[in-house]
Amino acid sequence: MQVPILKQGAYLIATVQSALTDEDLKQLRDTLVERVSVVRARGVIVDVTALDVIDSFATRTLRDVAHMIRLRGAETVIVGIQPEVAFSMVKLGLTLEGVATSLDLEEGLAYLDRKGKGPGHEVRTHR
Amino acid sequence: MSKTTRDLATAAEPRVESTASLLRELVAHLRQQRAQLREEWARLITEAKLLTAMTKEEIFAEATSVYDNYVEALETGTYEALQAYARNLSERIIPRGVETHEVVGIVLLLRDVLARSLFAKYHEDFNKLNRILDAYEPAANRIAITVAVGFVQERERIIREQQEAIRELSTPVLQVRERLLILPIIGVIDPQRARQLTEQLLRGIRTNRAKVVVLDITGVPYIDSPVANHLVQTVEAARLLGATVIVTGLSPEIAQTLVNIGVDLGKMNTVGDLQGGIEEAERLLGYKVVLTRESATEPA
Repeated sequence: MQVPILKQGAYLIATVQSALTDEDLKQLRDTLVERVSVVRARGVIVDVTALDVIDSFATRTLRDVAHMIRLRGAETVIVGIQPEVAFSMVKLGLTLEGVATSLDLEEGLAYLDRKGKGPGHEVRTHR
Repeated sequence: MSKTTRDLATAAEPRVESTASLLRELVAHLRQQRAQLREEWARLITEAKLLTAMTKEEIFAEATSVYDNYVEALETGTYEALQAYARNLSERIIPRGVETHEVVGIVLLLRDVLARSLFAKYHEDFNKLNRILDAYEPAANRIAITVAVGFVQERERIIREQQEAIRELSTPVLQVRERLLILPIIGVIDPQRARQLTEQLLRGIRTNRAKVVVLDITGVPYIDSPVANHLVQTVEAARLLGATVIVTGLSPEIAQTLVNIGVDLGKMNTVGDLQGGIEEAERLLGYKVVLTRESATEPA
């Protein structure tokens, strides 16, 4: 099952639709890391709302994606991890260290927008 | 003596089919003596100072229906009706503070009252008495067990329900600002409550779209290492949902437990008290609370 990757402004959005095999995950990783510079994206969002299970391989692959994309000059955020999935991941010691996570797509976009503005800008924005 | 034993041995053969007829005879006797035996039983209950939470009239009314149910169970050999009655009775009397020993006590008293009456009736025919008691005793014991088990089960059901209710009440998830939740925890956290806490916190983050959660454990005196680990895991799981958890009000004991299990302080965001936690949360969310001069100068 291939994961569709959409371009939305300066961001790439990959929405996982169903359970992924290890092969699918590797393909997703390779495609994202390649596409990010081709379209000159500033951020990447991986939406995993549809996943009921995130195992150690998936966690490692997602972390690798985030780190590789950072090296390619963009930010990554994982969105839509379900509460039950989050807790079972933590129980297994899979904490996605150093990877940004957000509640859902909307929050993920807001996170990337804030990041894009740079730190100087953020200090001045008080709600 | 040897004659009697032999008699019993020969009587053992046809006993299987005669048990039913013996029980029938027994039941007829108990029905006939109903008023007198019931009176006797109620008197013994009062004498033994059982069921003190109930009035004399209530005891008599219950005694009547227990007696009838008892005899019916002896007659039919089925215990479902009695079980249902015992559960119903327990439901009524448990809230009035009736104890397990009282319920078991009155059923055993009834067993003895009835046994005495059988002694009195058959004391001339020792053989017959033996066979009657052989039929009566297993049934009577089974009735006593049924009633006692019914009572205890009902009590346990009530306790479970109450525990459930207390748990429901014990972890409120409160939204104090847009995207800011507070979970005040009071009392000891056992593993089950810890699980429930995690569930409520993660679900609360999702439904309220929270970005920051203040977990206030001022009211928690101590936690053991498994629960401390669970707490740390909950904080990490919340981060995976994109929310920050600020833990406030850690007691010295809890701080020690957390240090002992070697918690990564980089992952745990802790602030001294609830006020500080809320201020920190507001800062994270970009709120700025300003004291306006008007209300500050207004007389209280």
